[in-house]
Amino acid sequence: MSATAASMDQPRPGPMDTVRTFGRNNAWTLGLLGFLALLLVFTKVVNPFYSLGSLSSTATSVLPLALAAVAQAIIVISGGIDLSISAQMALTSCVAATMMKDNPGEGTAVAIVIGVLLLGLLLGAVNGALVVLTKVPDIVVTLATSFVWAGVALLVRPAPGGSAALWLKDLVVGPAGIDLLPKAAVLLVVIVAVVWIPLSRSRLGLSLYAIGSDPLAAFRSGVPVSRTKFLSYVITGLVAAFAGLSLTASTGIGSPVPEPTYVLISIGAVVLGGVSLAGGIGGVFGPLVAVVVLQLIRDDMTFMRVNPNYGLVAQGFILIGVLMAGSFIQMRRSRT
Amino acid sequence: MTAAADTPGARAWLRPAAWRNLLRDYPLIPLTVLLVLLVMTVELARPGTVSPNWAAFTVRQAAVLAILAACQTLTMLTGGIDLSIGYIASMAGFVTATFVHQPGGWAFGVVVALAASALAGLVSGVGIGIFRVHPLIMTLGMGLIVFGFSNVWQLQSVQTGAGVPAELRTLGTGLTADVIPNDLAVFVPVAVALILLLRRTGYGRMLYAIGDNPVAARLSGVRSWQVLVVLYVLSALLAAVAGLLQSGLSNTASVTLVTPYLLPSVAAAVIGGTSILGGRGGYSGTIVGALILTVLAGFLSIILPEPWRQIVFGSIVVLVAAAYTRATAAG
Repeated sequence: MSATAASMDQPRPGPMDTVRTFGRNNAWTLGLLGFLALLLVFTKVVNPFYSLGSLSSTATSVLPLALAAVAQAIIVISGGIDLSISAQMALTSCVAATMMKDNPGEGTAVAIVIGVLLLGLLLGAVNGALVVLTKVPDIVVTLATSFVWAGVALLVRPAPGGSAALWLKDLVVGPAGIDLLPKAAVLLVVIVAVVWIPLSRSRLGLSLYAIGSDPLAAFRSGVPVSRTKFLSYVITGLVAAFAGLSLTASTGIGSPVPEPTYVLISIGAVVLGGVSLAGGIGGVFGPLVAVVVLQLIRDDMTFMRVNPNYGLVAQGFILIGVLMAGSFIQMRRSRT
Repeated sequence: MTAAADTPGARAWLRPAAWRNLLRDYPLIPLTVLLVLLVMTVELARPGTVSPNWAAFTVRQAAVLAILAACQTLTMLTGGIDLSIGYIASMAGFVTATFVHQPGGWAFGVVVALAASALAGLVSGVGIGIFRVHPLIMTLGMGLIVFGFSNVWQLQSVQTGAGVPAELRTLGTGLTADVIPNDLAVFVPVAVALILLLRRTGYGRMLYAIGDNPVAARLSGVRSWQVLVVLYVLSALLAAVAGLLQSGLSNTASVTLVTPYLLPSVAAAVIGGTSILGGRGGYSGTIVGALILTVLAGFLSIILPEPWRQIVFGSIVVLVAAAYTRATAAG
């Protein structure tokens, strides 16, 4: 994970304010990391049985949500929003679980995983094409396609079921070698490294920030706005497919009903992770830390024998409280 | 509107631009035509479906959706959205039901439910109006909080038992003179008040002004934060009313009863011609939009299995929204 942070530290060729933006994002992320460390200490205090081994179960349970947050972060950075991520996850997870049950075999499972990732690209491409071609606001388009994806998921699997290949389950459960290093965390870093790091260093990545920050200015500087917007949805679809696969891997089945809180918490984590909802600001590392923070807070409340439903209340209050404080500080700053 | 489209003459109505202007300026006309066509399709596909009973059933369900869509219409006019209404509405219905066997009875429960909803709306409004948090996030977080508290309340009230009060059942499912649904007694005053609010009052003007151009609204003396705080309290109260009606209509009280209607409520407002970007739209279109969606959902549930119903539903929402965007963007 530190590799991602380091890559953000390096100034890139470009105007000074890009560098400053990155610096500010890092301050926010570092603050979050500090908070996460405090939270881990607190977790150890309230639950003496929480050991390094427990880290991997936390990581396994948080993996689908973390990938959903990465998917949401990419689309929010480029100035959009995707309310269909949880439906995409349900669909890809159902397809994977169903096909793996029908075609058992560790080898065929590899082909199935690749096929499901391609499906994710396709779902994202449909979302992107609709947003670009119809010019309907993205909230409405992704709201509508979330119905469509959920419907297709029900066609694939009328009830939760299916199975996952052993190696796929093995990929997310347990520690990798030493206790400190959960496999799920390693996998997360690998996926982010494969998708995000090359992207953020490419021309396309810069274009994503450009159209998120100001589409008109981006257009006038020669950025192909429509194509970039389309591609941002395609990439989001790919990461959402990874999230769906991780759901199948960690639960061993596919469930056709999208988890409604995934969309809410992914957007919350994105904002908490320092990505501006207006677009153009932030990265994927902050949202990742934010997801873990949100999950740990809920776990801690369970350890403290608080009614777990207060966990939702706490997540909501943290979300709102941080945002209010953030915009209050911003207002004070802009006034002076 | 371009100059060419403005030239007087009988043939002007034959131009595509004229049709586009019709859709943009009087969305009620094409929407009503669409609704009539839809009803005719239902009758043609299944002769004998359309009857006074069917109409009463449809209107009963559409009234709840239309009140929920009112929350979206009002907030979307200012460029916002309210994603907490599903949880607030469910909470209102559930809390009322838990008070049935308590001292004070269900009437006290309604008061508690409305007060809790207003409080949730107040917090959302303060966050959006004063702290300028994005409405999407603010109402999302508020939805989580309300849902969490509802669950806690549910665990604590298991011992006391819950049941939908008979009065709400009568209001939700009853028919007067065999054809007129009783919930119109709630819906019609609400609808008239909202339409008058948007068309005839200064407050309604200010909602449009904030959505159209927040800076211009502020410079012309609108205290945006006061308008927004009142707006989100109003939205939460409307959601609570819809939740009470829905729990009476379905004779159930659960903390997730109304949440499936969140997305249709946004869709009804969008189909009804309210722009999600703010400043354009109205409540009369939303009512027709809610009717269209209810007829459509009912029809699809007869002819298609659940998965296909969702797929067709989503596709139609995209198509209608695309038609609107096309009509309103050109010219």
